[in-house]
Amino acid sequence: MSEVEKGQVMTANRLRDGEVVFLTRAGVWSEKIDDAVLALEPQAKAALETRAADDVRNTLVTGHYLFDAERINGRIRASHFRERVRTLGPSVRPDLGKQANGNAGGFPVFKD
Amino acid sequence: MYRYDEFDHQFVRERTAQFRDQADRRMAGTLSEDEFRPLRLMNGLYLQLHAYMLRVAIPYGTLSSRQMRQLGMIADRYDKGYGHFTTRQNIQYNWIKLEDAADILQALADVEMHAIQTSGNCIRNVTTDHWAGAAADEITDPRPVGELIRQWSSLHPEFSFLPRKFKIAITGAPHDRAAVKVHDIGMRLHRNDRGEAGWEVMVGGGQGRTPMIAVTVRDFLPEKELIPYLEAIMRVYNLYGRRDNKYKARIKILVHEIGAEKFRSEVEAEYARHPHQQTQVEQRELARISAYFADPKFEKLSRFAPAFEDAKRSNPQFARWAKNNLATHKTDGYAIVNISLKAPGEIPGDATGEQMRVMADLAERYSHDELRVSHAQNIVLPHVRLNDVFAVWQKLAEHGLAAANYGLAGDIIACPGLDYCSLATARSIPIAQAISRRFADFDREQNIGNIKINISGCINACGHHHVGHIGILGLDKAGEEYYQITLGGSSSENAAIGTILGPGFAFEDVPDVIEKILNTYLAQRADGEEFLATYRRIGAKPFKEALYAAA
Repeated sequence: MSEVEKGQVMTANRLRDGEVVFLTRAGVWSEKIDDAVLALEPQAKAALETRAADDVRNTLVTGHYLFDAERINGRIRASHFRERVRTLGPSVRPDLGKQANGNAGGFPVFKD
Repeated sequence: MYRYDEFDHQFVRERTAQFRDQADRRMAGTLSEDEFRPLRLMNGLYLQLHAYMLRVAIPYGTLSSRQMRQLGMIADRYDKGYGHFTTRQNIQYNWIKLEDAADILQALADVEMHAIQTSGNCIRNVTTDHWAGAAADEITDPRPVGELIRQWSSLHPEFSFLPRKFKIAITGAPHDRAAVKVHDIGMRLHRNDRGEAGWEVMVGGGQGRTPMIAVTVRDFLPEKELIPYLEAIMRVYNLYGRRDNKYKARIKILVHEIGAEKFRSEVEAEYARHPHQQTQVEQRELARISAYFADPKFEKLSRFAPAFEDAKRSNPQFARWAKNNLATHKTDGYAIVNISLKAPGEIPGDATGEQMRVMADLAERYSHDELRVSHAQNIVLPHVRLNDVFAVWQKLAEHGLAAANYGLAGDIIACPGLDYCSLATARSIPIAQAISRRFADFDREQNIGNIKINISGCINACGHHHVGHIGILGLDKAGEEYYQITLGGSSSENAAIGTILGPGFAFEDVPDVIEKILNTYLAQRADGEEFLATYRRIGAKPFKEALYAAA
């Protein structure tokens, strides 16, 4: 059993097309939650806030916020099921969204 | 059908051009998100879980074939091949890109449609009976008055910044299919002793976190006084409605807090204070609007349609569908065809672009070019000759649109829930899918009979769970989906808010729970008694015992 790290991930929707995106360590936005940086410390979270607010001003993204997540075996799992829905797509349309285009997160919305 | 005049055209085109400029400025960064958000919302563009969502207004749920085809084109070209018909008789697209939004509004304007006032604290799309102009029990088609209210309320400067959103529903028939008692204002047409038609005006109904049934403020309002009287109600609300607390801002809270009597006297005082001559409904204008809603030229046909009867005899599947999905038309030899968008296991209210085109073609060929969207998320072909019904059914069956469950257990109202909606606390669509699959057996579903099962994925109640005979509300309990059951609700003329049965249930238990409730009903019902009547007779106790007694 590997170590579970708990922290927060910055998310938003891309301004032009609304796609759900996550802020990476490199400070760019990725469609995959596994690319996201997991902020463990308050300073790191504040830095993500600043970066995201800048990118809202710079017309890259909209509707940004931090959500709770943990790293399990190297992959990032959103703590709440609402955010897990956003990392996959509608549970009733597995043919659509991230789950259908190779950008899915590694964890189901609910335990199978 | 109503056709835009030059003012309507100009107004919608100007708004589309304005929005294009606003969206361009947002993408260029000269408008901030805080500046842009209210502008996009005024044009029906929301940000949801996975993308932008565009809500398109379908005034009083009426569409022409051309309009339905355009909705299908938008689904295919700008979305992922489908759209979702809503409980507000509108359509929503789930995967819209901001960079396409102005082009979509342009495509809508091309067919006399728009997304104005589908969001925000204004008077929203007026809803009505989806059988308007066709139903056998109707006094008068309510849509001319719906159109009058639409014109009056569109961009009305005094009522564009109300304390909260505002919904008006009207019915021209004694049997209420428009849920008028659970709207901010509900209006019901009826006749007085002298045979004149007038409106019963009800105020303060609504669902959401504080469900209430509307109270009558006027029993009989002559038609020409309609707009000035509505204005008086809106003014009282605009003045006294609470703006300090979003959850107490709807008119139902005001009516409840000051009492129906006090509210009524405030409205009457406001009404008496203003000269009505200038705002009275001009009979000429109403006549002009009404001309657009004149009956199509119905043929003189016999009530008995031999080809229809033969088709039923030779095709049991068709006979089953016809039994549930047809309603009595006011004209002999015609039927109202109800297309269920609830095939077992499918998503309530969703239709593909291809299905929209199929329905549009059928309307053009067989239903005088008209379609309706019902608040129960189905589509109606209002005027079909009985002898054409079999051909319509065959075409529907080829495209997965011939579910024979209209009005039955599988005909479930469900909001998008947590699969799409950013306000949702739990999923509602998969619950609807599981229940409709569970009761897909025709004989069993037929035996259960008429029932309304309504599902909402949060307390805002877009899925009308409060007024379902069986209501299901999805909540988030410590990070797990959790479903509360209510029984005994109704949105018809005997409107009632359902009562919570007891502690809620886990996601996977809900279909079993519904089955136990329906089995209890089957065991207890009198001959010919529908679910709601049985519940009202025997109360909640037998249902509670069935669900909670033996652990």
